[in-house]
Amino acid sequence: MTVLACVALPLLAPALITALQRRPNPREAVTLLTSGCLLLLVYSLHDDVLQGARPAIDLLEPLPGLTIGFEVEPLGMLFALLASFLWMVTSVYSIGYLRSHHEWRQTSFYSYFAVAIGSTMGIAFAGNLFTLFIFYELLTLSTYPLVTHAGNDAAREGGRMYLGYLLGTSVMLLLLALIWTWSLTGTLDFRSGGILEGAVTPGIAGMLLILFVFGIGKAAVMPFHLWLPAAMVAPTPVSALLHAVAVVKAGVFTLLKVAIYIFGIDYLAEIPATEWLMYVAAATILLAAIVALRQDNLKLRLAWSTISHLSYVVLGALLATPLGIVGGGMHIVMHAFAKITLFFCAGAILVATHKTRISEMDGLGRRMPLTMAAFLVASLSIIGLPPLGGFWSKWFLALGTLDAQQQVMFFVLLIGSILNVVYLLPISMRAFFGREAAHPASAAQEAPPACVAALVLTATACVLLFFFPEPVYRLLQLLL
Amino acid sequence: MLLSNLPALQVVIPLVSAPVCLLLRNPRHAWACALIISWLVLAMALLLLQQVYTLGTISYAIGAWATPWGIEYRIDMAGALMILIIATVGAVMMPYAWRSIQHELHKKHTGVYYTCYLLCLTGLLGIVVTGDAFNLFVFLEISSLSSYVLISLGPTRRALTAAYQYLVMGTIGATFILIGIGLLYMMTGTLNMLDISQRLPEVADTRTIRVAFAFVTVGVSIKLALFPLHIWLPNAYTFAPSVVSAFMAATATKVGVYVLLRFFFTLFGLQFSFNAMHVGEILMLLAVAALLIASLVAIFQDNVKRMLAYSSVAQIGYIILGISLATTAGVSAGMLHLFNHAMIKGALFMAMGCIFLRLGSVEIHNMHGLARQMPWTMAAFVAGGLSLIGLPLTAGFISKWYLVNAALTDGYWPLAVLILVSSLLALIYIWRVVEAAYFHAPGAAMHRVREAPASMLIPTWLLIGVNLYVGLDAGLITNIAQQGAASLIGQALQ
Repeated sequence: MTVLACVALPLLAPALITALQRRPNPREAVTLLTSGCLLLLVYSLHDDVLQGARPAIDLLEPLPGLTIGFEVEPLGMLFALLASFLWMVTSVYSIGYLRSHHEWRQTSFYSYFAVAIGSTMGIAFAGNLFTLFIFYELLTLSTYPLVTHAGNDAAREGGRMYLGYLLGTSVMLLLLALIWTWSLTGTLDFRSGGILEGAVTPGIAGMLLILFVFGIGKAAVMPFHLWLPAAMVAPTPVSALLHAVAVVKAGVFTLLKVAIYIFGIDYLAEIPATEWLMYVAAATILLAAIVALRQDNLKLRLAWSTISHLSYVVLGALLATPLGIVGGGMHIVMHAFAKITLFFCAGAILVATHKTRISEMDGLGRRMPLTMAAFLVASLSIIGLPPLGGFWSKWFLALGTLDAQQQVMFFVLLIGSILNVVYLLPISMRAFFGREAAHPASAAQEAPPACVAALVLTATACVLLFFFPEPVYRLLQLLL
Repeated sequence: MLLSNLPALQVVIPLVSAPVCLLLRNPRHAWACALIISWLVLAMALLLLQQVYTLGTISYAIGAWATPWGIEYRIDMAGALMILIIATVGAVMMPYAWRSIQHELHKKHTGVYYTCYLLCLTGLLGIVVTGDAFNLFVFLEISSLSSYVLISLGPTRRALTAAYQYLVMGTIGATFILIGIGLLYMMTGTLNMLDISQRLPEVADTRTIRVAFAFVTVGVSIKLALFPLHIWLPNAYTFAPSVVSAFMAATATKVGVYVLLRFFFTLFGLQFSFNAMHVGEILMLLAVAALLIASLVAIFQDNVKRMLAYSSVAQIGYIILGISLATTAGVSAGMLHLFNHAMIKGALFMAMGCIFLRLGSVEIHNMHGLARQMPWTMAAFVAGGLSLIGLPLTAGFISKWYLVNAALTDGYWPLAVLILVSSLLALIYIWRVVEAAYFHAPGAAMHRVREAPASMLIPTWLLIGVNLYVGLDAGLITNIAQQGAASLIGQALQ
């Protein structure tokens, strides 16, 4: 029942949010309260899952043999905890951001946001691939109004790319992979060890893997990555939670689930296509990082950096070794905390100074010390330096590459980290050491307290995750 | 007594009440009469379905004349499903029709409208229930002639040319069917479908029968608007009154598909149609062409009704594609989509009727900012559109799933890919409307537009509701479709 509540609660919240649309304070209270309750609900499942329980519930059976049902397993637990915790933080942040930015249609913003989180919970707890697919599509549709929130021509163009890429890949490739898997094996259940082994030839399994990797467009593996920069027309809280955490991580999460429970990592390692796809992921890591270098718009640079980092997780899944899976799973968490901090900072800078371009941010560190300090911390975590959480995921991923005897991939990770340094650190350096323009356009101060509080919190979490990575690690170890 | 005569009553009641509508001078009375009759028809359809579901195929001799001499009515699972589709759409459409017809038709034509509507209903139901080849032709003509009139009642003068075009094409089709039936009669000496099917194998290897098959196939293909014989359809659907477009899109072409199924599987038999005449390959090619080309053409339409019409041609392609596989899985996927598409297209055309009522136009460039004025109508359009695209939790997803699965099971994986490509094209043409209504700044006159009346919204949402329900729980409808396909193909279900 708790499982169902986790999915239903955010899906039902919009009713209350809409009912309170003329009274902003109670309306925001609903969002905060729902996110708090959700976090508690998800956490209440945590101990059971650690002890090996797998709470499950089946709801409907639209087609004979295909059920809509939920089952909590460790990876889903981790993802749900992550998304629900960060939803709460983002809610605080959005209140500060939207109010000081005087955004329109705030009610529909909070409503669709809640639906998107509900869909994310559905993805996290999905008991089979069919259920996961349904919530995957629901997530795309519910975030479309958020991406196009501004309602102008740029938003429409961005929304078109967003919808086109995500629905296009999922309908064309992912759905095909689903139906094909179903017609071959007669089931879409997640089973440890996979369902494909013995049912298909390695050639067909390779085709399926290709369909899955590219079909899960939310994982933004090149060449299906352009939706992510396009989605940056969205308000910053949307970019922060959805396009650094919920949506993109739903993609790589799905890929990990497919790798572990549909293929099974042992079988995955035997498929010839796996290695080939690994090089696609590696190319995405490097190319996206190089493109990020050339972006002057801060949000765009972060978006390209996200594309690059998603492929770290994809690579982790494709390594098909226990260490790779742990590294991939950890990177979902570590990157989420760091990237959401960076987006929070970008939004805070926008609210306080109306600046979006990196070249205008010289000397900003003196006006917004907290924001820029958090930015620096998160940048270091993305790069993977101790004492920050990002260190652990890169550590495990690097061990995974050596374990799988993919030395090339090891160097890809190294070069990737160097590129991270090159495109992220100059921003902080400009902010702290750069000379401010002679006549600053505005006497900017820190962003509203709600925004600053949120980004300081997530930056602190980046540090804490270095010293206490164990909760994450313990959940991931259960997978193997 | 009454229950055992249901097959006849199903047809006779709308037939005899049709002239009554013409005699009632007051439009409201004519409407009330048609309303009551169409609900009665739905009640009978449900009873019939229940009888077929429990008792199996029903055979009914008209006037108690024994079958080879008299006319036999014969209803199996596939027929019962068709009757249900027609009756449901008819019953839902009637409350909707009142405001729409009042707005689009001259007062003196309303009586004619309701008369022709009931005649069309009679014809469509008759085609499905009858087990007699010539009787089928008669009902086909009843439905066709009345639909020519219905289309010509459209609000602009172009409705007349559209109806004329349909008249010419439809008459050619009907003549071809008649020639085919005549040749069959010549060779077998009977008009009863079962009789024909029993006597046919002896004479099957003759040129006459092959010619008959060709004539029937082409004739019926015109009726069901199979690409490239669809050219009458876009104009007819565009210029007809909104209710007529909705009704015809949901029923008329579907009955055409049903006739095709009857001829292929019941009359000529699977062996002859698909193995000797190789009609499967031809249909598959045409179906693929339909779902790609018609979808592409739909993308470039400004008039949404015309866009939906082309989309119908594409969706008929899906149905024919399922049938062309000639397996139980394929045919049942086709029949499933027959039902689902009737619900989807009916709802979409009804939403357009609502928009035409308030906006006076269904052109995309006039719909800028419409969503704020007509939120419920546009929400219905979006929901129907998502179902058309085939997103999960909608009826369209279920049929797509079965169709792709049927194609994959037979090893036709390129077909599976093409089916999905076509649903992407659907995404594009539906989204053009969505963007116009939700994202463009409203025009000057837009603030005067109001939401459609409840009498039109509720029926529209009823069909949307059916869509969503089937998406959540497709057990019943897939079961009916599978039984229907099994009874057509003539093999027990696994």
